[in-house]
Amino acid sequence: MTDTSGTPRTSRKSIHLAAHFPGVNNTTVWSASPRALGSQIDFASFTHLAQTAERGLFDFFFLAEGLRLREHQGRVHDLDVLGRPEAITVLSALAAVTERLGLAATVNATFNEPYELARRLASLDHLSGGRAAWNVVTSSDAFTGENFRRGGFLDRADRYTRAAEFVATARELWDSWPPGAERARAGAFAHHGHHFDIEGRFSVERGPQGHPVVIQAGDSSEGREFAAATADIVFTRHGTLEAGRQFYADVKGRLAAHGRRPEDLKIMPGVTFVLGDTAAEAQEKAAEIRHQQISPQTALLTLEQIWGVDLSRYDPDGPLPDIEPDYDAQLSQGRVRHADPRAVVASWRALAEEKGLSIRQTVIEATGRQSFIGTPAAVADEMDTFVQTDAADGFILIPHLTPGGLDDFVEQVVPLLQERGSFRTRYTGSTLRAHLGLAQPS
Amino acid sequence: MPPLNRPLRLAVAIDGGAPQTASAFVDRAQLAERGAFDFVTLDDSLGQPAPGVARLDALAALARVAPTTDRIGLVPTVTTTHTEPFHVSTQVATLDWVSRGRAGWIVEVSATEAEARLVGRRPAAPAPELWHEAGEVVDVVTRLFDSWEDDAEIRDVATGRFVDRDKLHYVDFESATFSVRGPSIVPRPPQGHPVTVIDATPSHVRATAARYADVALIRTDDPDVARVARADLRERTRAWGREPDRLIVLASLPVDLDASADAVALAEFAASWHTDGVADGFHFRPRDPERDLRLLVDGTVPVLQHRGLARHFYPGATLREHLGLPRPANRYALAREASAR
Repeated sequence: MTDTSGTPRTSRKSIHLAAHFPGVNNTTVWSASPRALGSQIDFASFTHLAQTAERGLFDFFFLAEGLRLREHQGRVHDLDVLGRPEAITVLSALAAVTERLGLAATVNATFNEPYELARRLASLDHLSGGRAAWNVVTSSDAFTGENFRRGGFLDRADRYTRAAEFVATARELWDSWPPGAERARAGAFAHHGHHFDIEGRFSVERGPQGHPVVIQAGDSSEGREFAAATADIVFTRHGTLEAGRQFYADVKGRLAAHGRRPEDLKIMPGVTFVLGDTAAEAQEKAAEIRHQQISPQTALLTLEQIWGVDLSRYDPDGPLPDIEPDYDAQLSQGRVRHADPRAVVASWRALAEEKGLSIRQTVIEATGRQSFIGTPAAVADEMDTFVQTDAADGFILIPHLTPGGLDDFVEQVVPLLQERGSFRTRYTGSTLRAHLGLAQPS
Repeated sequence: MPPLNRPLRLAVAIDGGAPQTASAFVDRAQLAERGAFDFVTLDDSLGQPAPGVARLDALAALARVAPTTDRIGLVPTVTTTHTEPFHVSTQVATLDWVSRGRAGWIVEVSATEAEARLVGRRPAAPAPELWHEAGEVVDVVTRLFDSWEDDAEIRDVATGRFVDRDKLHYVDFESATFSVRGPSIVPRPPQGHPVTVIDATPSHVRATAARYADVALIRTDDPDVARVARADLRERTRAWGREPDRLIVLASLPVDLDASADAVALAEFAASWHTDGVADGFHFRPRDPERDLRLLVDGTVPVLQHRGLARHFYPGATLREHLGLPRPANRYALAREASAR
């Protein structure tokens, strides 16, 4: 039941949905040959996925970023999908083939400068009629820095202070051209801060959204605080319902200290999904996908990343190596480590022993992310529960196929969410801020 | 100088005038495509083009135009002084991907203190110094284009390998002002190298243009100036060991047309320049794009077509094909093949 504005006329929270373009990691399946498999670089793939997301009335389309190809044992990693275009340029082109869909680019605040990036993002906002978003990420990585003039890197604390000052500076630039500004003053700005000391005239007029939407990814304490202070959306890892509720309460609870209201920040975990006609079929498909994602070669490589030693002589279908890991080795570069390798080794050994698992089976079991697996009705039900019980405001869906990975979801799950009154039946606004229910910055 | 027997190359600037909006750029590019122009250009700089005048990022704007056009080349100005060469390479390569092989870029520098203060990373420097650096940027950008061989992506299910890592290459480029390790994150663009355009009007830019450009622009309405500049560029090109015909020299002319008669007169003028070997073609810069572009397409181009100087349609799909420029071989593949022999 909807009223004339297209908004569900219930007290239910509206779910926000976004789509991630399947990127360069082992979760993107390329080795099978299902109908939905194509190029990760041709513009037709981006058009297909974005138009599918728009047909599903999603809030936005989300692109990750790459600044250096990953390496393992000093050589370019060759097992996963790699190679991707530059995000803002692709999104500018997608603005021509979509009408309402938000367009979110991941862009690093460590290897860019505020003036230049604020200009590109404001341009995207104009070119798309107010649909631009920026996912702010940082890097501490001298490995990535080898591709850039500044070369170096920042320690962890400086990354966040630079990122915070970067976002604040970008907003000063976006605000520098107020409506009806005198020609003589239009775009005038001066920022004299710790990381940036710049001044002059900004060349892009204030965009349709005022400020492009700011997304922040990260689960650390610094990341949560940064999100609470500055972000419009926080992109998290997906946990259990209970973990989601705790994260949600924690982050929403931090907003007041920054003079913000709970609805000013949307919490959107990145999630995977597998649909089937029955629960058993969905589980079977999910297992098959996990096998495709963790090839024998990927299983060994994942283990090497944790053990820190060459394990190429081990059989991926055999038991875990009984040799002692080298915890100080850095075999892989370009990918974030999330956990202490000692604890990982201990837990994986325990898991393998308890269930009698091979190397590949252990990696499959241990690296699985919680995912929505089931019939369309069950997935709709579970997602709705997450949102209605304040474990999330919505989800960024991460399909495992390029570019058809969203087709089934939009055809089968979206209508069920609409029937429940939890999801829009048409776009009521034209900007991303409008889709998200976020206020226009004054 | 003997008359040129090459077809006349035609380009047109779609900046200038108002409004600077996506739909204005789309309309102008579509109109230029109707006239079978080889490419459109869109000017850019970091700062405001004039006090109180706004401007969008040109490369993003032409990416927005790409899906609304089929054949016409898309050539934004890209500045190299305060940007990261790695970012420049991924952006230009991506414009080539989203346009399916229709991208070029006009290389430009930022020599003013005001532009330097916008970024705050380095002080202003003399233009000749910046043009030397711009040449290095073009060099490393094309190396990054080549850092993926065309057939690097193999999707070999039997061995589980998505790419052949032996066909990905570190560029390991180091100059006085920057270094880049590589490889690119963007696979080799459809054209191999998107077309490099340099405004070679100032003499201190000629060395860089002769060495690196596929297309050089000479801003003038004096045929003698254009003729001398073209001869100078061809001579310098030969000195770099390049085939002079691989550098296309376009006279970049301001255009201000009031009526159809002006459009026809421009065609006569252009035809006589071409016949006299003054330039390989023209880059028209309309004062009022809305008005002038229509007169160019409906008045000037048909006369040039009638004389057999301009084409009626696009025989190829990529900008390189329009310009008669070959797709560059991959330098790393060539080196690998040479060492294997």
